[in-house]
This record gives sequence, C-alpha cells and structure tokens, in this order.
Amino acid sequence: MAEAYYSQLLDIIKPYLPEDVSVTDITPDSHLLEELNINSAHLVDIMLDVEDAYDIILENEDMEKMETVSDALEIIRSKLNNPS
Amino acid sequence: MDRRVVITGMGVCSPLGIGLEAFTNALQTRQVGIRFQPELEALKFGCQIAGKPIINKDILEQYFTSIQQKSLKSTGLVYGVVAGVDAWKDAGLPVHAEGEPDWDSGIIFGTGILGVDKFREAIYMVDQGQVRRLGSTSVIQTMASGISAYLGGILGCGNQVTTNSSACTTGTEGLIMAFDRIQSNKAERILVGSCSDSGPYVWGGFDAMRILPRKYNDNPEEGSRPLSASASGFVPGSGAGALVLESLESAKARGADIYAEILGGCINSGGHRNGGSMTAPNSIAVQRCIREAVNNSGISTEDIDLINGHLTATSKDPVEIKNWSEALNRTGSSFPYINSFKGHMGHCLAAAGSLECVGALLQFREGEIFANVNCEDLHPEIASIVDPAKIPTQGIARAPEIIAKASFGFGDVNACIIFKAYNP
Repeated sequence: MAEAYYSQLLDIIKPYLPEDVSVTDITPDSHLLEELNINSAHLVDIMLDVEDAYDIILENEDMEKMETVSDALEIIRSKLNNPS
Repeated sequence: MDRRVVITGMGVCSPLGIGLEAFTNALQTRQVGIRFQPELEALKFGCQIAGKPIINKDILEQYFTSIQQKSLKSTGLVYGVVAGVDAWKDAGLPVHAEGEPDWDSGIIFGTGILGVDKFREAIYMVDQGQVRRLGSTSVIQTMASGISAYLGGILGCGNQVTTNSSACTTGTEGLIMAFDRIQSNKAERILVGSCSDSGPYVWGGFDAMRILPRKYNDNPEEGSRPLSASASGFVPGSGAGALVLESLESAKARGADIYAEILGGCINSGGHRNGGSMTAPNSIAVQRCIREAVNNSGISTEDIDLINGHLTATSKDPVEIKNWSEALNRTGSSFPYINSFKGHMGHCLAAAGSLECVGALLQFREGEIFANVNCEDLHPEIASIVDPAKIPTQGIARAPEIIAKASFGFGDVNACIIFKAYNP
C-alpha cells in the first residue's frame, strides 16, 4: 500500500519538476522546494492534485508541514486513516 | 539624428490561420476566417458568427509545457504566446533557457482583457466558498500583464516588459510606444503585439450594444463588410499579432532580414469632445493624429501610396474615409489605395492593430496590395470621396512604398503609424 501511495505521489509531482530534475532524482527525503527545485507557487497546485487523487482535504498547517516527499506521504496516510 | 527602427520578425495567431504562411496565403486568396459559432447560438446572441483562431492539441504541445497546459483557460494568453514566440523566432533571435536575461530586449504586449474564461471559473469557485481551490494559475492567467509576463519568461527579456491597453487601438499604440523607446536608446529590440480573448463573455457586451451584424448567421463569410453599403456592424474576432521592432544598428549587426522601416507615428485622443464620445470618434482628433504621424515621419501626404484603415464595417466607415481624405487632402483618383482586413477576419478588438499591421507589412514582402472582401457594393458616400479603383477587390501586383496604418478605439483614442519599404 505504502509503495502504491509513493508511486502515485511521484506521478503527481513529476510534471512540476524543472527541466533539469528527473523523476529518478526523487527520494523519500527529497525536499520539494530546495532539492527538487519545484516552484513554490506550484506547491499549491501539487496540494490540489493530492486532494483530488486521494479525495482528502489539506489544511494550511498540513501544507506548512509538507517539506519533503516523505512528509507528504505521512500527511496523506494520516488523513486517510483519520477521515475528518 | 534619431535612431532608425525596423521590423525584423512577425507572427500571427489569427482566424485566418496560424503562422505567416497561412496568413499571407489567406490574404492573397481572399479567404474569410469568420465562422458560425454554435456556442453563441445556444446563448441567444443576435450575432452568432465570429473570427476565432483554431487551436489544436499539437499547437498547445509546441508552445506550452504539459503543466502550463493543465489549467490553461486564457485564450488570449494562448494566442499571444503563439504569435509572440513565432515573431521572435522569425526575427532569428535566440531563446536561451539559462543565463542572464537579455537586458536590451523588452516586450510591449497589450490586451483589452485577459483570461475571461479563467476569471469566470475563478468567480464560480470563490462564490462557492472554494477560494483555496483556485491554485496558482488564476492570477497569472487573468492579470492584464499576464501575456507580457509569460512571454518575458519564455524569451528571457530583461528590458521593459509591460502590457498596454487602449481598446481597439492597443496593437498599433504598442508599436509606436516601442518605436519611441528604441529611438530614444532605451532598448535595442522590443517584441510588440496584442491579443484578444475569444468567446461570449468578451463579445456579449458588443452584441448588447447592437453594433454586431445579425443577418449573417447563415452566411458567415459575407458578414463582415467594411466599406460596403450593406455594412451592418462589425463581426467580433480574436487572436494575436506580434512584431519584433529593432534598432537598425542591431538588425544590421545580426544580419537580420528587414520587413520594413517605421518612419513615425502619433497617438492621441479626442477627449470625448467635438462629436467624440466613449464610442464615437472626434474627427478633428483623428485628422490631427494622421497629420501628426505624417509630419513626424518626415514625409508629405502625397507620399502615402497605401492605407490600411481601421474600417470596422459599422456605419462609421464613411466618416473614417472622410477623415483620411481631409487629413491627407486627397480625393478621387489621387486618394491612396486603401484596404481593410476586417472583412477577412472580423474585428479582433485589442488584437486588431497588431494583426492588421502584420498584414499591412506583408504587402511589402509580397509586392502586392491585398484585396478587400465583401465591398463590391461600395458605400455611396465612400464612392463620392474615393475613386472605387483605389479600393481593390482583387489583389494588385504592385509593391507599396509607404503605408499608413491607423487604429481607433473606444474611449475616443487614436493611433496612426507610417511604414516604409526598407532602403539601406
């Protein structure tokens, strides 16, 4: 299950990567803004795509916590396990 | 002596096609890009015909990344990027993905209103309490300067990057603004253009004013009739035109091909006085604008051998002809040749000036005066001022030397620019 979430999340992130970053560069510890160089404005769009893909709602504080790929996975997992 | 300014690149995204080749061919073969729009019929518009560029998936793939395409709903932005990037490449200018911006290159790319469909989507979301769902693209697709900002990023321009707006004068005004900036040594080259969204939310207001033709829904190709006795309003259009203006030194240093030289121009307003209003022109201002453009170009009124008019196909066309005639002091067979491309593509509003300037300039390259369409029944008031032979209904194989182009807009604003065949 965790594997499936991870690859689904990579699919979401992939189109937002700058040209010089490849999807194979992504690790669970990758920092979305600092290492993957994702435009900070696009982080908002990634959040919306995550909401649509997992049918969850992310709050502002979730967004603030979402610094790395594994942060994102953790938040998705906790939302799915504790639907509000 | 002022610096000379030339045009070294052009691009169009028009109801007549995308790219200079399709556009030139359409103007030479008297094609019409005005089509019936089922969407307007469904919405009970009086006028259900319009000019609209055809954008398919291949085009989007060529000009936009997949992520840019994802929530792209600003039609004007799409048209502007296609025309702008094409003009830049046509000028032989490079696009570097990395490195310093080009401090000597700027952008003046105008619009009337940008991203109306995108804005509609945003309004619905906001009203439903879903503001958080707008994402990052709402602002950049609906801010007026979204188009110049977008192009600035694609091309890496580091000089002034801005958007002008003066209704249907926008495109021609932008050219004169860029001409002034290059002439005064503040930039070496400027990508100039204008774009206009398509769709019911842009065109609806004009339909409500009852200034669009209502009798041609079954016969769209005959609906736009500049100069004609049966003209009954302008057909709404959309699209974008773009031109690269450059100092002659820079163009020569690069070995660029030159379409023509800009000799001068004038921008003014009638101040809603002397018969001028929000929607009608003050004829004194129009004539003054034309004369001033001629004067500051260092030519005399007899030197103009071709006019590309604003000529929208409303009841004001005879007034425009009278204004040209009085401003230039020329009538009958001594009147210059005159054409309007609105018969072919409708009135593309903010995009009209730039699209028509590209069309006007192509006449230098092709050595041809392009024909008018749908004016076989010339308006009698116009025929009383101008020899009908000067209003060609078939192309004339004759290279123009000096072309005057004017655009006029709501708000009683005017722009007139003078182009000359390039002679080193």
